[in-house]
Amino acid sequence: MIESREMICILCPRGCRIKVTKAEDGTIKVENNYCPRGITYGETEVTNPVRMITSTVFITSSTHKLLPVVTNSPIPKGLIFDIMAEINKVHVKAPINRGDVVIKNVLNTGSDIVASKSIQN
Amino acid sequence: MKNNHYDIVIIGGGAGGMSAAIGASKGHAKKVLLLERGKELGGILLQCIHNGFGLHHFKEELSGPGYAEKLYDDLKQTNTIIKLESVVTHITKDKHITFTNPEGLQVVSADHIILTSGSRERTRHQIDLPGQRLTGIMTAGQAQLYLNIEGYMVGKKVFILGSGDIGLIMARRMTLEGATVLGVAELMPYSNGLNRNIVQCLEDYDIPLYLSHTITNVLGTERLEKIELKQVDENLEPIDGTEKYFEVDTLLLSVGLMPETNLIKKLGIQINPRTRSAFVDNKFETNIKGVYVCGNALHIHDLVDYVSEEGELAGEFASKNITNLPLMSSINIVAGQHVNYTVPSKLSLYEGDDLKQFNIKFRIRKPIEKAIVYFKQGDHLVRKLNKTFLIPSEMESINIPYKLLKVDSTEPLTVSVEEVKQ
Repeated sequence: MIESREMICILCPRGCRIKVTKAEDGTIKVENNYCPRGITYGETEVTNPVRMITSTVFITSSTHKLLPVVTNSPIPKGLIFDIMAEINKVHVKAPINRGDVVIKNVLNTGSDIVASKSIQN
Repeated sequence: MKNNHYDIVIIGGGAGGMSAAIGASKGHAKKVLLLERGKELGGILLQCIHNGFGLHHFKEELSGPGYAEKLYDDLKQTNTIIKLESVVTHITKDKHITFTNPEGLQVVSADHIILTSGSRERTRHQIDLPGQRLTGIMTAGQAQLYLNIEGYMVGKKVFILGSGDIGLIMARRMTLEGATVLGVAELMPYSNGLNRNIVQCLEDYDIPLYLSHTITNVLGTERLEKIELKQVDENLEPIDGTEKYFEVDTLLLSVGLMPETNLIKKLGIQINPRTRSAFVDNKFETNIKGVYVCGNALHIHDLVDYVSEEGELAGEFASKNITNLPLMSSINIVAGQHVNYTVPSKLSLYEGDDLKQFNIKFRIRKPIEKAIVYFKQGDHLVRKLNKTFLIPSEMESINIPYKLLKVDSTEPLTVSVEEVKQ
């Protein structure tokens, strides 16, 4: 059976309304995308949807209380809450630079949790 | 020159102000002062820890703090003097600026002032939210500050009024941190946030969006305990008999942002009633020579990248003294059919001003699936564009070559949108 879904690409604020069609032989066609990222988004959204996670971890030796963090690549949507639980276990210490790894290969996803801001003190 | 005189003083060290200082470094200005009331530069970006900033400006996807940091890295390459914890209390028409900071009360003077003081959230008082003054009712941005900067969760069972982007982002953020978000109510029949945020903040977490609904009562003793939700009719009046009740301890308001105009109004700058902020030309200059307004202090942007773009331009225009060149032509810009407002409100063309094109940003009044946008000076068609899926929450930004204009005409340039029926 041919399956067709209209969806909004969430990769950038442009929010293209893309049409994703899955043919019987499993091939996926993406239409109405403005840039090539829309094709990747449409394909993964109907096979294995992924998301970026942003959150914070506590930081010590700093005038700041929290360090904002982000996954350095998208993670499977189904793992969002498990990864949040991992993020909430972590405390870090200043100084820290943007991009520094806070959790390596979180839950074996191949994705790291990294600092999204530098905090020197 | 006096020690406390500057070529340019920039008020507000968020994205707009930092970008203005970076833009100023491209001109002749030697002494530029950036005043920021916070302890750190970045403004509201610092609490916006979510991703999605900078795709246009830095060609990479950054968190709010990441975007602020990259701007600051660029700013550090300039000779800008930065004063933190500095609150501007007064500006005079002859460009004396009074501010207080840990060193005390200070007065400086400037050739140019760029106001980039950002925006404020509308509060419950501005939407006449009925009911008592209970704990647990606050703006979405306030909850965002508590959670992302201070580390406090403001509640466990949350309802959100208004579908602005901050509300949607906070619906997801509070869900991720363990709260239950029972729903988002929007007065209008369409969402006020970006479509991508409806998908990734609400649909991903099965949070219902109640379009054409509003909150008609808040109930509780000291803390909020329950809200009453009603559907509204086409005149936005609540319909009796459609009541739904939700037991919640927190109500977040995401009911719009307004340019911060305290200093602008005190200075007697001409106001554009549509944006409720300064009436500026395409150089971001107000009716007071040498005073510029840009960023969210001028009009509300949905992308910080555009704030940076405006800031850089304003800084560069001020630094190059463009508006002291001989004025060739001045053309007002009018928001026509279906157009809520335009920025700028006026085009000023200067001799030797070697720009090839000008930019007009506008928002429409209602969602239109298929539209034709017209830029006209009287009968003269300047530009015509086909557009699809125009919505009020997404700002349009259009560049127009100067050569298409009738520069000797006194006719205003009207921006209007025609709906094409399918």
